[in-house]
Amino acid sequence: MEIRELSALELGSAIKKKEISCREAAEAYLTAIAERDKTVGAYITVLGGKEMKDGTSAAEETAHGKIASALSRADEVQKKIDAGELDHSPLAGVPAAVKDNMCMKGIRTTAASAILETFRPPYDAGAVEKLEAAGGVVLGKVNMDEFAMGGSTETSHYGITANPWDTSRVPGGSSGGSAAAVAAGMAPYSLGSDTGGSIRQPAAFTGLTGIKPTYGSVSRYGLLAYASSLDQIGPLAHDVKDAAAVLEMISGPDRRDSTSVLKEAFDFSDCFDGQIRGMKIGIPSNYYGVGLDTEIRDAVLAAAKLLEERGALIEEFEMPIIDYAVPAYYIIACAEASSNLSRYDGIKYGHRTKNADNLIETYYRSRSEGFGTEVRRRIMLGSFVLSSGYFDAYYKKALKVRGMIKRAFDEAYEKYDMILSPVSPTAAYEIGGQIADPMAMYMADIYTVSVNLAGLPAISVPCGFTSGGLPIGMQFIGNSFSEKKIIKMADTYQQMTDYHKKRPEIFGKGGAE
Amino acid sequence: MQITDELIEYIGDLSRLYLSEEEKKRAKKDLSDILDYTEKLNELNTDDMPEMSHPFDAVNCFREDVVTNGDDRENLLSNAPERKGSYFKVFKTVE
Repeated sequence: MEIRELSALELGSAIKKKEISCREAAEAYLTAIAERDKTVGAYITVLGGKEMKDGTSAAEETAHGKIASALSRADEVQKKIDAGELDHSPLAGVPAAVKDNMCMKGIRTTAASAILETFRPPYDAGAVEKLEAAGGVVLGKVNMDEFAMGGSTETSHYGITANPWDTSRVPGGSSGGSAAAVAAGMAPYSLGSDTGGSIRQPAAFTGLTGIKPTYGSVSRYGLLAYASSLDQIGPLAHDVKDAAAVLEMISGPDRRDSTSVLKEAFDFSDCFDGQIRGMKIGIPSNYYGVGLDTEIRDAVLAAAKLLEERGALIEEFEMPIIDYAVPAYYIIACAEASSNLSRYDGIKYGHRTKNADNLIETYYRSRSEGFGTEVRRRIMLGSFVLSSGYFDAYYKKALKVRGMIKRAFDEAYEKYDMILSPVSPTAAYEIGGQIADPMAMYMADIYTVSVNLAGLPAISVPCGFTSGGLPIGMQFIGNSFSEKKIIKMADTYQQMTDYHKKRPEIFGKGGAE
Repeated sequence: MQITDELIEYIGDLSRLYLSEEEKKRAKKDLSDILDYTEKLNELNTDDMPEMSHPFDAVNCFREDVVTNGDDRENLLSNAPERKGSYFKVFKTVE
């Protein structure tokens, strides 16, 4: 049995049946990382440990004695499985990659920023804690845009990440490392975070399934904040069933996050019967106009047709408010970022300048030396829109438009169970293609940011390939806490198609040796 | 919107960032482009709309005001860029 050809759930099941040990599973992926990550660059920190024969080049020796490498952690989980303690955790023993903006105690967590180059969190993020409690084995921390600000993973201080489907192209972002690691067979699933599309767009660019859950359903405790009213952690995986299993595992209440609203974890066990007859899908026709790549438009509309044949009801409608989502998003996200990132002052943790003579200069220089261009740009924009004299015209206005966007979605959900839309106006673009033009980069978020503004759940699934062989994604957007509906629809689509089964071929057929 | 030299200095101060001359020039253009684009929001009449700062109306889940965390001083100080004994070391803040 080739371990890396199994889905996360299949691997979990094989581990339970003792066909594969937790250590073998972790070893298989650490070996793949050692071989492949030189080409892909998905990982910032690999928890390889000394035991690795070959993986030591990418491995970090953890200074804190108590921190387990992925292999010793796998052995611990194995003991628990053998003792029958993890019978109800389908992903126990299955390795995972975690975006580097989620705290793990004692393990370097950088948010891909120079300002946190040496930061070792004193605690675990809520989502990571749940993952580990369910027997998850973290392989390492993966690359991202600095503080999740970007859509290509090019703003990282730790180098770019290549798209495994075409290494001259970006994997998307900001969870580009989370996407590339799974797409290249260097993790069976990963955790990402989505503030304006940062799970869904990289999933679309790399042929994966990604879920941005309803705001408040996964704990943000220990997630390094970008925009607190928009941020949400979620899974990236090869298919809907794997992604749903991960979301079940990491969702649920956490008293340490005051915006955590879910009373108990999700249960998607009744979502996979393929029964979608009578479910109503709204297609906002103005989403499919100017600016959208025609290959993507055709692929998404073909998917709608397929679901219609299966019994879903498809109807077009207008949602003109979408045109205002990107400007409202950037004002709100940057405002929150400028406030959230004011904590990085070089005093208690993070980079402190060596070139200051007093406290104020310590703040200025530590921040100027530690933050990259895009982060500085967003802090400046945010500081401006919150400043006296401009607050009403920009920030307050954007909050009101946010209300209008939410209202438009509320109205749509009176008629439809979900909305079907593209994820990104283009497939993965060339590395360096957009990074110099912030406006072009921001405009590309047109289909994703409104979901975060309204706090809604959405699932991104592969629905075809461009003529150049690049994956195309589409997203089902549901009403708050209607994850079950969109997961059922997305899973039904995957029962009828095999786009999600295709693997990039750079490392050989099927993504395996 | 035109970003003047004075305004970009002010924004730099609000952001606690030093900007080189090159960066100031760049930031003036970038911010001005982005803000011009956001002018689009003024096409919408939002007079009757409440300000939506959060996805849900009532989300704060409070807990009893009871201390649950213990002494974690060494752990928290382990990330200090500079420390003196069990304190963070900083520049003198009072004359």
